[in-house]
Amino acid sequence: MKAYFNNIFTALLTILTGMKVTLRHLFTPSITIQYPDVKIPLPERERNRLYVNMDECIGCDQCSRACPVNCIEIETVKSLPGEDLGKTSNGKKKALWVTKFTIDFAKCCYCQLCVFPCPTECIYMTDVYEFSEYNRNNLIYDFATLTPEERIEKKENYQKFLEQKEQQKSQPQKP
Amino acid sequence: MIYEFFYNLTGNSILSGSIVALLPLFAFLLPFVLFAILLERKVAGHMQDRLGPMRVGYHGILQTISDIIKLIQKEDIIARDNDKLFFNIAPVLTFTGSYAAFAVIPFSSIFLGVKIDLGIFYIIAVTGLVVAGILMAGWASNNKYSLLGAMRSVAQIISYEIPTILVVLTIVMLTGTMSLIELSENQIGYFWNWYILGGPEMSLQKLFLIPFMLISFIIIYISTLAEVNRTPFDIPEAESELVSGYHTEYSGMKFAMFFLAEYANKFAVSAIIVVLFFGGYQSPFGYLGNSLGMTWLVPIEQFFWFISKGIFFVFIQMWLRWTLPRLRVDQLMAVSWKYLIPIAFVNLLIIGVISLF
Repeated sequence: MKAYFNNIFTALLTILTGMKVTLRHLFTPSITIQYPDVKIPLPERERNRLYVNMDECIGCDQCSRACPVNCIEIETVKSLPGEDLGKTSNGKKKALWVTKFTIDFAKCCYCQLCVFPCPTECIYMTDVYEFSEYNRNNLIYDFATLTPEERIEKKENYQKFLEQKEQQKSQPQKP
Repeated sequence: MIYEFFYNLTGNSILSGSIVALLPLFAFLLPFVLFAILLERKVAGHMQDRLGPMRVGYHGILQTISDIIKLIQKEDIIARDNDKLFFNIAPVLTFTGSYAAFAVIPFSSIFLGVKIDLGIFYIIAVTGLVVAGILMAGWASNNKYSLLGAMRSVAQIISYEIPTILVVLTIVMLTGTMSLIELSENQIGYFWNWYILGGPEMSLQKLFLIPFMLISFIIIYISTLAEVNRTPFDIPEAESELVSGYHTEYSGMKFAMFFLAEYANKFAVSAIIVVLFFGGYQSPFGYLGNSLGMTWLVPIEQFFWFISKGIFFVFIQMWLRWTLPRLRVDQLMAVSWKYLIPIAFVNLLIIGVISLF
């Protein structure tokens, strides 16, 4: 009999205790943020999508070699003697046309190892982390600034330059 | 009443009858359901430190409307092995059962469908249709989960009807009336005239009645909570066990009808509690209309008070829902048969003895 009334008392007491807790939570400010409109500020050294500032890039291929998953592909063409490609902001002279600079973010493991060897600090992590795609090929980002025609032109130019050099080399031997 | 008003206005008994029949639905029930679903989601959200719906309209106030539009557009799926006739009747029957209760609920002294002397008895009798509808839905769905949910629901509603009726009997015995409007009129004046505080008579009897009225109120609140299948008594709908009970197989507007019936029921039981214990449509501190000399304002105030009291109890139902976990089936039966019914009986006897003096 004692247990019977004790049960009733405990039931009512615990229900009221629970209701007090939920009522308190009803008036505490919610911790939800409206995600696409509001975003949580990212930590200072977060690692997300890479970006390459091609104005600074000298095409040294060090990032590609540092990459553990080989997601960076770089092709360069030597510039002709007369061409001036300008300088990077820390004074390095650019000597190569970068005809291909692709990063496949489907492969990228966001390890940041490519960032450290860069002599001009042109490849770095950004705070963009929403870049999902329906097609995997869309995740291959091309950073090279040259247009496709220019790329072909640069390659052909260099090819011609080499041929001219060959001719110049071979001509003096003939007479 | 409101029927005579429309009869004098239109001069046609069929037209005025249908207006009176549809008035609670369009003037009160649909807006209430729209509001209550949003309130439920908002309360749920904020109690869990979330925000609830936020996208449609300012802080999601149009969310329910967009949900209804979505439900109207949906395909009405009837599976091959369903019992087609019962499957189609069940939602209508469930909604009819819960909507019929609104015929006698006094929203104010003039907004009342029909004035009958057996108001509370009528409500208890007519909401029995809901049980039939639920069992019909569960059976016709030809789905094990639906049938389990429906059977649990019926067992639960039938066993919890007993404490409800015992408490109603207590009030009927004390007041000698079953008419809801008369019960409301008895509690006129200030809030100390409400039956939760011993009724309108000022005597020593009132003082003795207060604790037992409080017990009656708690019993009827718990048992009506179980009758409308709300948490902690939501084993018929137990989402985590039975998908969603008897309306698992329903889609589109039939599902919406079950939802409408559920929320209508929720308000109906709150209205019963308000009428029995909390003064019905009476204001707790007298009427502004009377003191200003504008008597036309009084029914509007009464409507306001009735709705606010009703929504307050609906809010407590939601509050309990997000506080308590679900009971087991044996616990559910134990609460009804071992605790509520004996206490309600003893309570009935004690109040009977007190009312003799």
